[in-house]
Amino acid sequence: MIYKELVVIGGGPAGLSAAIQAYEEGVQDILLIERDFELGGILKQCIHNGFGLHIFQEELTGPEYAERFIKELKKMNIEVILDTMVLEITNEKKIIAVNKELGILNIQTQAIILAMGCRERTRGALNIPGFRPAGIFTAGTAQRFVNIEGYMPGKDIVILGSGDIGLIMARRFTLEGAKVRCVVELMPYSNGLTRNVVQCLEDYDIPLYLRHTVIEIHGKDRLEGVTVAEVDDNNLPILATATYIPCDTLLLSVGLIPENELSKLAEVKLDDRTGGPIVNQRMETSTQGIFACGNVLHVHDLVDFVTQEARLAGKGAADYLSKGKVDNYADAIPVRVLKGVRYIVPQYFQGKEMLNGRQELFMRSVKPMDKAKLIIDSDKGVIKTKTLNYVKPSEMINVALQKEELCQANPNYLEISLQEVGDRS
Amino acid sequence: MDDVIIIGGGVVGCMIARELSKYNLAITLVEKNEDVACGTSKANSAVIHAGFDAKPGTLKAKLNVRGNTFFPALCEELDVPFKNNGSLVLAFDDEEINTVGELMERGKTNGVPGLDYWDTDKILEVEPYLKKTVRRALYAPTAGIICPYEFTIALAENSYQNGVKYLFEAPVTGVEKITDENLVVRTSKGDLQGKYVINAAGLFADEISKLAGAEEYQIIPRKGEYLIFDKEYGYLAQMVLFPTPSKISKGILVCPTVDGNVFIGPNSNNIDDKTDVSVQREGIEEIISGGKKIVPDLPLKNIITSFAGLRASSTKGDFIIEASQKVKGFINVGGIESPGFTSSPAIAEMIVEILINEGLKLEKKNNFIPHRPRKYRFREMDNEAREKLIKQNPDFGHVICRCETVTKGEIVDAIRRPLGARSIDGIKRRTRAGMGRCQGGFCSPKVLAILAEELKVKPTVIRKANGGSEVLLGKIKEYL
Repeated sequence: MIYKELVVIGGGPAGLSAAIQAYEEGVQDILLIERDFELGGILKQCIHNGFGLHIFQEELTGPEYAERFIKELKKMNIEVILDTMVLEITNEKKIIAVNKELGILNIQTQAIILAMGCRERTRGALNIPGFRPAGIFTAGTAQRFVNIEGYMPGKDIVILGSGDIGLIMARRFTLEGAKVRCVVELMPYSNGLTRNVVQCLEDYDIPLYLRHTVIEIHGKDRLEGVTVAEVDDNNLPILATATYIPCDTLLLSVGLIPENELSKLAEVKLDDRTGGPIVNQRMETSTQGIFACGNVLHVHDLVDFVTQEARLAGKGAADYLSKGKVDNYADAIPVRVLKGVRYIVPQYFQGKEMLNGRQELFMRSVKPMDKAKLIIDSDKGVIKTKTLNYVKPSEMINVALQKEELCQANPNYLEISLQEVGDRS
Repeated sequence: MDDVIIIGGGVVGCMIARELSKYNLAITLVEKNEDVACGTSKANSAVIHAGFDAKPGTLKAKLNVRGNTFFPALCEELDVPFKNNGSLVLAFDDEEINTVGELMERGKTNGVPGLDYWDTDKILEVEPYLKKTVRRALYAPTAGIICPYEFTIALAENSYQNGVKYLFEAPVTGVEKITDENLVVRTSKGDLQGKYVINAAGLFADEISKLAGAEEYQIIPRKGEYLIFDKEYGYLAQMVLFPTPSKISKGILVCPTVDGNVFIGPNSNNIDDKTDVSVQREGIEEIISGGKKIVPDLPLKNIITSFAGLRASSTKGDFIIEASQKVKGFINVGGIESPGFTSSPAIAEMIVEILINEGLKLEKKNNFIPHRPRKYRFREMDNEAREKLIKQNPDFGHVICRCETVTKGEIVDAIRRPLGARSIDGIKRRTRAGMGRCQGGFCSPKVLAILAEELKVKPTVIRKANGGSEVLLGKIKEYL
């Protein structure tokens, strides 16, 4: 049995920042477990720029962003084991992992930070009819083939879904000489960042068909084409609009799913809205001493927010380790989601002495709004309002509540809503 | 020059190959796909049926009941996962109770052991997620579930160890009688000569029989579509849950797989194209509505994949297992639809008798190897056994498929085994890498790299399955 104070599972941007923060807050005995052969997580294949605008006020590539944290981490006395897969976690914080040189590892720790990231939604989850040929890839898998392995999974491409990885890959494939015929999106708006729609599609004259979907896959061995159709208000295809588009490759960028199979083993309660653990303001899950951050908690569009959130988890774990036993978990204030808000993190505040000076709230809207009023209401009346411009479900909203604002009101619950201002319809 | 040539590497062809490999015979199996178990044998309900369904007196009834009895021992011998979890045929109204009563009688006539009626309480005690209005069920303790492709692969591997030769990607273009004694089987990879030809070509058995000038019959492909749920919902069904059957099909079932998933399906639609394994929107809706009649709360957001399989249904309504009267030495094994998988061991037994009747001298081998090479399944091992295995071979400590916990050691083994995998799908069927919730999103680049390395070919050569299904089209910068 290996004994550790804190184990961080996952060496992507969330795990790296969380481990660094915990170390800076005084945690001595940290182990970071990474399943890949190197640190950096998904950033390693994100060779485009646009990372770090908030944290570093610079535009970095994914590997550059990761490298800054990897360098920092290496200066610290943090133990890292690579090529190691965690197989099991218990609510008693026992971890079983496997590594080819070390064999089966049994680790007992006092605190855990979950930072395992997410996976991509697949064709199966969408029930797209048709054959099952080669040539259908999730956008991230295609990204790995191109950017890490150096191979082209296709040269004549249709992209289903306008998530950010799909948009980035539309540009990447175009730059590599492939033809990207179109991006097809079920919703009436893009599911990616506005800047990606502009820089990856519009700049390369790649059409984005909103309110459309792929209704059939053709080709028995290799993909030969897809049938695309417009959808009605119930998202059902309008067959009269069906069009065949020949292509050898279909990329799917239809959503990301926090990967919480390990969290469930540790009896961590999940939020149906986020797909990730329910956490308090210090990113602590329903199992005390187990924290979560990054895409395992909820899917982010900007890595900068991951870093910010991971620092909260790192500090939370350090606080737990230094004074966990005296913390009062009893007086929880739930943060409820009302009209206009798809989800919120954290889902509750807990214990006055556990509050930070600044309480971060991360949320997403249910639909795009040109102008929206964010209202933080409670049983003791409205605590805060804020007017936001150009709200989109694909762009996370981050607002902060000061400790004083929360303590003065002393609410039993909070309710968050987003109201559209000057609704023209 | 072979004694026996088998056309078709599905469960029937491979079972016959394995059975005949117990004797001193020269045998070749020809298959048009790149691997065994690529047709009906890979896409079906994976149920080992008890045998109450088929009409008494038919080959289906006889061979089903007998075939069923072989599975526990065969699966033990060949190290194939098999679970004897029993089946229920569920009745929700008076008419269905009547039909279930008929099935009970039919089952008794067919010689199915242990059939019993279960009442609502008993049913719901075992299957708490089932629709509460269920009134009665026919319980069949001898029914079970199996991994159909792994079983077929195991038969092929073991027969190969025992000397059967396999010729892949060799579609048959002709079967001719060249002398009184000998037949020639023409394939895209050359001609084969043999004394006996066994036609186990599944959906294409009618075409092969016609090519040979033997008896004519027609195989009509009947499609069944399926949806599989995430393993997290494996608790939804314990047993094989059938609705009360209609005249043409056993109906849409809710059923666990031997690997811990639950699936719904199949529907049943005659089609024209024997290669059309596409899933259709209407089919998906049909099986969802059928599944909900048994388990109302299906986790439709947690479907991991859909697929379709084709039943090789003959116009004669029963299995066609006979030596041709027109072409001596040519033996048809056609129309093997459900319960064909269950019947396969009894079919092979019957083929041995037919061959003897047709004059083939059989002499038992004294060096027959009954077991295939040991197979490791990391996800099913305890940690002590894992630790030991990793010490012997560190590749077993390197997890490649995180959803199904498949290690590099298992993938390398799948390639190096007898008749090893040469494609992404071949690896998938042998190890389950890529069969989990991410559907190969994370592991497929790694599996592809291991295949290229082991087979000593460029990554661009690696295919998903058959020729033309290459995964990568070129290197970067090639299209600039």
